[in-house]
Amino acid sequence: MFHWLEKRPFFFAVAVFLTIAFAGLIEILPNFAQASRPTIGTAPYSTLELAGRHVYIKNSCNACHSQLIRPFKAETDRYGHYSLSGEYAYDRPFLWGSKRTGPDLMRVGNYRTTDWHENHMYDPAGVVPGSIMPAYKWMFTNIADVDTAYAEQLTIESVFNVPYNKPIPMKDGSTSTVALADSLEGAHASALEEAKLVAEDMKNQDVKDAVANGQIPEIVALIAYMNSLK
Amino acid sequence: MENRPLEYDYSVAKLFMFTTIVLGIVGMLIGVILAFQLAFPSINLLLGEGLAEYTNFSRLRPLHTDAVIFGFTLSGVFATWYYIGQRVLKVSMAESGFLMFIGKLHFWLYVVGVAAVVVSLFMGITTSKEYAEFEWPIDIAIVIVWVLWGISVFGLIGIRRERSLYISIWYYIATFLGIAMLYLFNNMEVPTYFASGGIGAWYHSVSMYSGTNDALVQWWYGHNAVAFGFTVPIVAMIYYFLPKESGQAVYSYKLSLLSFWGLMFVYLWAGGHHLLFSTVPDWMQTMGSVFSVILILPSWGSAINMLLTMKGEWQQVASSPLIKFMVLASTFYMFSTLEGPIQAIKSVNALAHFTDWIVGHVHDGVLGWVGFMIMAALFHMAPRVFKRELYSKALMTTQFWIQTLGVVLYFTSMWIAGITQGMMWRAHDEFGNLAYSFIDTVTVLHPYYTIRAVGGLLYLIGFFMFAYNIYKTMSARPVEENELQSATPMAA
Ligand code: HEM
Ligand code: HEM
Repeated sequence: MFHWLEKRPFFFAVAVFLTIAFAGLIEILPNFAQASRPTIGTAPYSTLELAGRHVYIKNSCNACHSQLIRPFKAETDRYGHYSLSGEYAYDRPFLWGSKRTGPDLMRVGNYRTTDWHENHMYDPAGVVPGSIMPAYKWMFTNIADVDTAYAEQLTIESVFNVPYNKPIPMKDGSTSTVALADSLEGAHASALEEAKLVAEDMKNQDVKDAVANGQIPEIVALIAYMNSLK
Repeated sequence: MENRPLEYDYSVAKLFMFTTIVLGIVGMLIGVILAFQLAFPSINLLLGEGLAEYTNFSRLRPLHTDAVIFGFTLSGVFATWYYIGQRVLKVSMAESGFLMFIGKLHFWLYVVGVAAVVVSLFMGITTSKEYAEFEWPIDIAIVIVWVLWGISVFGLIGIRRERSLYISIWYYIATFLGIAMLYLFNNMEVPTYFASGGIGAWYHSVSMYSGTNDALVQWWYGHNAVAFGFTVPIVAMIYYFLPKESGQAVYSYKLSLLSFWGLMFVYLWAGGHHLLFSTVPDWMQTMGSVFSVILILPSWGSAINMLLTMKGEWQQVASSPLIKFMVLASTFYMFSTLEGPIQAIKSVNALAHFTDWIVGHVHDGVLGWVGFMIMAALFHMAPRVFKRELYSKALMTTQFWIQTLGVVLYFTSMWIAGITQGMMWRAHDEFGNLAYSFIDTVTVLHPYYTIRAVGGLLYLIGFFMFAYNIYKTMSARPVEENELQSATPMAA
């Protein structure tokens, strides 16, 4: 049979393709519907948080930080409860990472604060002596891209039925809603409201001034995202 | 058979040889910068505070991986295809104006694609998925480049004189199909600009899959980008160049057959080993782990087949630097395909995952196996393509030893770093509290990061020697046809 195939490139290619496609069919397809159900208490990202997530991606923070807590005592002691599949239901893309040059950030919102992040992003080694993380000073002046975050929200709401403006069950039995503005201006306004709350706890005068003038520096969006990781 | 030897046309092969070298230098230079940044963070400010946004570790890291994978390695794959393809199919590119045109178009679009990737990654435009960082416009360009390559491959096969497909051709076909399938599925994404009616950045997109599913598809892809980028086409090369260079026939046809079909079947199942102890279903993790161990068989099958091809001719290893490169490449292939399955065992992965041991594994594979094999291929091709004697055999030997030392420094330091870090993360003191804070596990790595950076620098220096050797060969005075009997330093 193999000799026969080696003289017939077309059938050879078909045979190779079937052999390699087989595993994907069996392993990947069946899991799809099941894994994407959100856990109770998992909500979609707000406009500002999503803009912050884009800042995280833009700077490839995921090159050094994981967002996946494995079920070992050493990891749950250090980072909190191990990860559950449904907690990632609204993560597009997933940001698990493959290298922990720095610590895991899956639940960093539980134990770090806005002003800690502010100081740390400006001068990591000043906050954690010996840290090899680069300083991200440009985030204090670059302006976050709220437009693209809003465009992404609209997209995932219409294409993937992400439940914006709908009640989402919380752990304590109550419900909460994540609002999605119905216009770009509205999105800017609500992002700015959220940004003001973050900037209140910050010290950097340029950042505070920018927010007061209706602009949102990348650092503010990033911190909103960090604080949402719980 | 005709009496007159065929005149093969290497114009496209030459172009891709050029990008192999240039992108190799770019990618590895960035690798060395990254390595020094981890040891000495002040190097993040390489070009000053103002440009730190573009020179810091995290912005540069995807540039390194993509430049060496899609630049250096892929160029090497294309260059060798446009060389080997004609020879084993016994047909010249010059015979078909159409294939010649497709070949050139393939090259130039590839260059445009590479330029777009470099610019977008510097700007921070990325999807964040490892080895699939490109946004949708570049994805489309990549698909076109790939289809053009496919036309080249199947077009040349279509007009071949040699009926039976040589082993290398099997592997090139598999490379084409494998990457095509994986790349398409992993890059399914919705452009937000169009879906939202024209808001925000036009190039931005959002993944079709979320969370755990996204991870599953990504590592099914990521693992097999390794399979069909770093393994399958490199095996294609060694099956051609080692027998050619040594004048020995491939040791066993049966073993080639077994390893080929075995590799095709087993590889795709093993992706789960990147997701052990994550939130993907347990049975998939177990499959990934088990199939990874089985994967030793077809991998070692090819490697042993190559080493046994040298049976009775081992003196060539001592006398010929080119054979040295290839024998060391197969040895490193055996080494990383033994190390990989070990890391895929669940209890070992619990320690190794997220640490530098994985980075060590990556680089004994890519530096020792992929890098050495591609350089060997170009060394073999250069005299034949440029019709010049190879410039310096002595330089080649020196390069070999410098780079071997570099690889050894790289992976030994990363082993120690990885295992140290893994042990410290999990250590508890007598009261059951964590023994080390995270930063303790970072500062302890400084010496190993320094050693790795030195090792990487040695490898880069060796690569410059390689580039110089090829350059001098290319620009030397042409030799008479009959002198080409010994095109490489050793009789071919
Ligand atoms: C039998 C063959 C092999 C097996 C079973 C294997 C297994 C593994 C395992 C278990 C990991 C670590 C996953 C993790 O915990 O994050 C890994 C990572 C990796 N391996 Fe292999 N490996 C094999 C051969 C190779 C070869 C030959 C190369 C390259 C030439 C290679 C390149 C890589 C790369 C690039 C990664 C890193 C992926 C990432 O984290 O970004 N592997 N491999
Ligand atoms: C001069 C030689 C090289 C040096 C010094 C170097 C250095 C590095 C460094 C420092 C990293 C980041 C590791 C981390 O995040 O902790 C890295 C990652 C990586 N490099 Fe290299 N590199 C070199 C050559 C290559 C080559 C030739 C290839 C492939 C053909 C390659 C493929 C990769 C890959 C796939 C990763 C990602 C690993 C992962 O995610 O686990 N490197 N390299």
